[in-house]
Amino acid sequence: MLNLLRFLGAVVLLGLVALLAIIFLPVWKTAPTADLPADWTPVDGTGQYAMYASDCMACHTAPGGQPFAGGLAIASPMGTIWSTNITPDVETGIGGYTLDQFRAVLYDGIAADGTHLYPAMPYENYRHLTEEDVRGLYDYFMTQVAPIKNEAPETALDFPFNQRWGIRVWNWVALRGAAGFTPAGVSEAQDRGQYLVEGPGHCAACHSPRTPIFTQSGTVLGQDGFLTGGVVNGWNAPALLGEGSVSQKWDIDQMAMYLATGRNIHSTANGEMGLAVRDSLQHLSAIDTISIAAFLKGADGTAITLPDPPLPAGPQALPALDADAAGEATAQMLTEASPDMPLGARLYLDNCNACHFVTGKGAPEIFPELAGNDLVTGSESGPLIGIILNGASLPSTELRPMELVMQGYADRLSDADVAELATFVRSAWGNQGTAVTAEQVSAVRAATPHAE
Amino acid sequence: MARQEKKKDVVIVGLGWTGAIMGMELAQEGLEIVALERGEDRATVPDFKYPNMIDELRYGVRLKLMQAPAIQTQTIRRNASETALPYRSLGSYLPGNGVGGAGIHWNGLNWRPMPEELSLRSHVTGNWGEGIIPEDMLLGDYPVTYDELESHFDRFEYVAGISGQAGNLNGRIVTGGNPFEGWRSREFPMPPMPMTYDSAKFADAAKAMGYHPFPAPAGIASTAYVNEYGMQMGPCNFCGFCERFGCYQYSKSSPQTAIIDALKRKPNFSYRTGAEALRVELAPDGKTATGVTYFDHAAQEEVFQPADIVILAAFSLNNVHLMLLSGIGQPYDPVTGEGVTGMGYAYQMTGGITLFYKEDVFNPFVGHGANGQVIDDFAINQIDFGAEGFIGGSYWRAGTSNGQPIRSMSLPSGTPSWGAGWKSAITEWYGHSMSIGSHGSHMAYKTNHLDLDPTYKDRHGRPLMRMTFDWNANDLRMNQFMKRKMEPLAASMKPDLMEAGFKDIGAQFDVRPYQTTHNVGGHRMSENPAEGVVNRFSQVWGQHNVFALGAGNFVQNTQYNPTGLVGALAYWTADAIRAQYLSNPRPLV
Repeated sequence: MLNLLRFLGAVVLLGLVALLAIIFLPVWKTAPTADLPADWTPVDGTGQYAMYASDCMACHTAPGGQPFAGGLAIASPMGTIWSTNITPDVETGIGGYTLDQFRAVLYDGIAADGTHLYPAMPYENYRHLTEEDVRGLYDYFMTQVAPIKNEAPETALDFPFNQRWGIRVWNWVALRGAAGFTPAGVSEAQDRGQYLVEGPGHCAACHSPRTPIFTQSGTVLGQDGFLTGGVVNGWNAPALLGEGSVSQKWDIDQMAMYLATGRNIHSTANGEMGLAVRDSLQHLSAIDTISIAAFLKGADGTAITLPDPPLPAGPQALPALDADAAGEATAQMLTEASPDMPLGARLYLDNCNACHFVTGKGAPEIFPELAGNDLVTGSESGPLIGIILNGASLPSTELRPMELVMQGYADRLSDADVAELATFVRSAWGNQGTAVTAEQVSAVRAATPHAE
Repeated sequence: MARQEKKKDVVIVGLGWTGAIMGMELAQEGLEIVALERGEDRATVPDFKYPNMIDELRYGVRLKLMQAPAIQTQTIRRNASETALPYRSLGSYLPGNGVGGAGIHWNGLNWRPMPEELSLRSHVTGNWGEGIIPEDMLLGDYPVTYDELESHFDRFEYVAGISGQAGNLNGRIVTGGNPFEGWRSREFPMPPMPMTYDSAKFADAAKAMGYHPFPAPAGIASTAYVNEYGMQMGPCNFCGFCERFGCYQYSKSSPQTAIIDALKRKPNFSYRTGAEALRVELAPDGKTATGVTYFDHAAQEEVFQPADIVILAAFSLNNVHLMLLSGIGQPYDPVTGEGVTGMGYAYQMTGGITLFYKEDVFNPFVGHGANGQVIDDFAINQIDFGAEGFIGGSYWRAGTSNGQPIRSMSLPSGTPSWGAGWKSAITEWYGHSMSIGSHGSHMAYKTNHLDLDPTYKDRHGRPLMRMTFDWNANDLRMNQFMKRKMEPLAASMKPDLMEAGFKDIGAQFDVRPYQTTHNVGGHRMSENPAEGVVNRFSQVWGQHNVFALGAGNFVQNTQYNPTGLVGALAYWTADAIRAQYLSNPRPLV
């Protein structure tokens, strides 16, 4: 008995010691993944380029705020996380950071004062940045960004999430494998694409599913779940790899066009992806967007031919696509336009058909396909409902500067109408989406400001 | 004392087609540019949103996209013996307003003039001698030729996004296109629009008579389209709301679909709306301009915008008005023939036949502004002016543009305009008629001109511009010729009833019914300063840092809708400024 008590006491004591160690022992910080000379300096522009590729701007800039001065509210399952000021202001930003401290933020999620960052900061992915890019980013933020004094709001989550030491345990699960980048070595372009996807692009943060404890179930090629689709803020982030995924449906040039312009002959980038195009992807070089597309296309072993010329400029006429076999029946029903067709189909003819056509194929680069569109058919119907109600717009990009806007129909269609319409497009042309209810529409209508 | 803005390299008055083109071209030179737009900003969404835009009463009848006469108008008289009165209620022509200007609410007919039309005086004198030119006609050659402009027509067509069928590719006649057109260096950017029933019916009848039908060149997208700036159009759905409306579908070519968003990305370009140009300020010696004074409607004050180059890119009538108010060019005096500013104002001579069928159904609600099949068998380069006794020509087109219920339901004459008789006629005839239009040239004359009104002033205290305009026997003879030629063709189509509408000899200008917004001339291009306001590079003769664009440059009107020539001259002018003027500012001629 005494022995047992002693034993239990020892376990508790050990547990306490371990807990105290977890809380108070300094965390081992990952070393540089390459040995660069101390006087190594990045080539002009590469730091800024790494910033664009990493999309630092999107989270670290508040609406209407100064670039990188923080203060954006990021919704997370644990509560609101406020992005921090990453300008080189010493007091409120990262002006006091050493290179090692900066690297620890990117690789280990640890701030200069030793606290753990919430993984809204995608250090699971930035961990795969090369040392050159880490140094480039550091140089960029320290020397090319103007310091701005701005005290971003303090993130204050409820217990237990305010116990940041817990993240140390989470990191044991989340940060699998070594830091740095390991290319698959298929081709130069695919390796470059792989790097951009796994590292700076942090694509897996949205496009890999999350585990029950919210780690990314796959951050690099070869891991189960890598880029097989996720859900972020109520939006489906479609599968980029695997059966029926974007990389199997779209050609390399069209994937690259989508990244560079937010539009291609199939679809348009909405929601979070629209922001990624606006703030990050459109600033990548044509060869880099092609490389990303080539990596995705070739991830299942498909042999890759790079398109030439890389991305099509104008002028060009783009004929509409015909209905495919799966869409034929719907196209025929809409063409016949019988008065007794379902209400959803009638609403489609009256409101949507002029642009998206009876084929559901739309028009290349301007009116997206509804047939087989992940946003239309996804598990999350909120975005589709939101777009029908409030419209959507595309960012102006260098290659396609038009801020294309789809108008909203909130002032024209009732909740019941939108439900019928959304249910129709989610099931037309062979689409396999579930039905939408008026209650769902009502909830989206209530949650979104009336756009126009 | 006017507020003064920071000096710019270039100030552009008006942000429609030509203002947007010049902004884009000169921004590429790195110049600091500001455009002043009197009206408001306009974007496809929300301004042209469906279904709000397809409101015929609001936009088709009450003309909400147009320049309201209370804001700016002209006084009009037919001849010097009349007293001009203000054009208080929009009728005969509809100037645009706001960003995009008339490029928003046009029908989308985008033509190149014939080579002969740009060298019309030479064409006439070479074939028939000076003797056939009426004494009161100001017949001129454009100081720029078709061959010189070809690449610029082409450029504009590829920027604007035009659907059509080439008829003359580098001199080779192509079946299905217009065999009488000037040469084209390549195909249209988009294939022609599909045909509606009425246009097919017309084309069949025309072919049977040995004529040469071809699809109208349309600033309406037949496919999705991307232009050189990466700007985009979506295919048209034939809703029939083009003229007087903005397109809700990105299908009609406009500054918004072709240029504006690309222009907005230029960090050295900006524009101000609610900025109404009042006058161009000249240097003390009068040899250059120093900038533009405008009224800032938000601040309710006058503002001086200094600039090294002034581009007048307002609507033709407003360009001429600004020149008259600013002392640019000597005002034209029709009595002495001296002066140039306001000289050579010209219009368009139109007519047509409506065909009624008891049985045929035309679905008039399926259409677009540039719909139809055309013949050019009675075009300017096909007519023996010596034998026919007039100088001019026209193109004929059939193709419904809309079935709008208020203004577009043709009824046989004599039908009551309201009540039971009207209702039963609507039941009988709606959808049972089609029409063939003749769209004809209009020459410049000594009497038709623009000057400042001695009596009426605008809200800023400036004299209104006065238009003195009447139809001329030459153009009326041309119109009657077209009637004589068109009636047998229409009859061959076997309508149950047909009605011709061509102005008769002796007809006088009536400002009330809508006719066309092809108001041209007034700051015409010329070989020398005695015959026009601007030289062949659209550069004002007297002030070399002022360039004027638009249809005001026309020497006389062509038989076609003016946009194609307006666009080509803008690119031609932009090229001259970029290649010749910027490095050494001076008179280019």
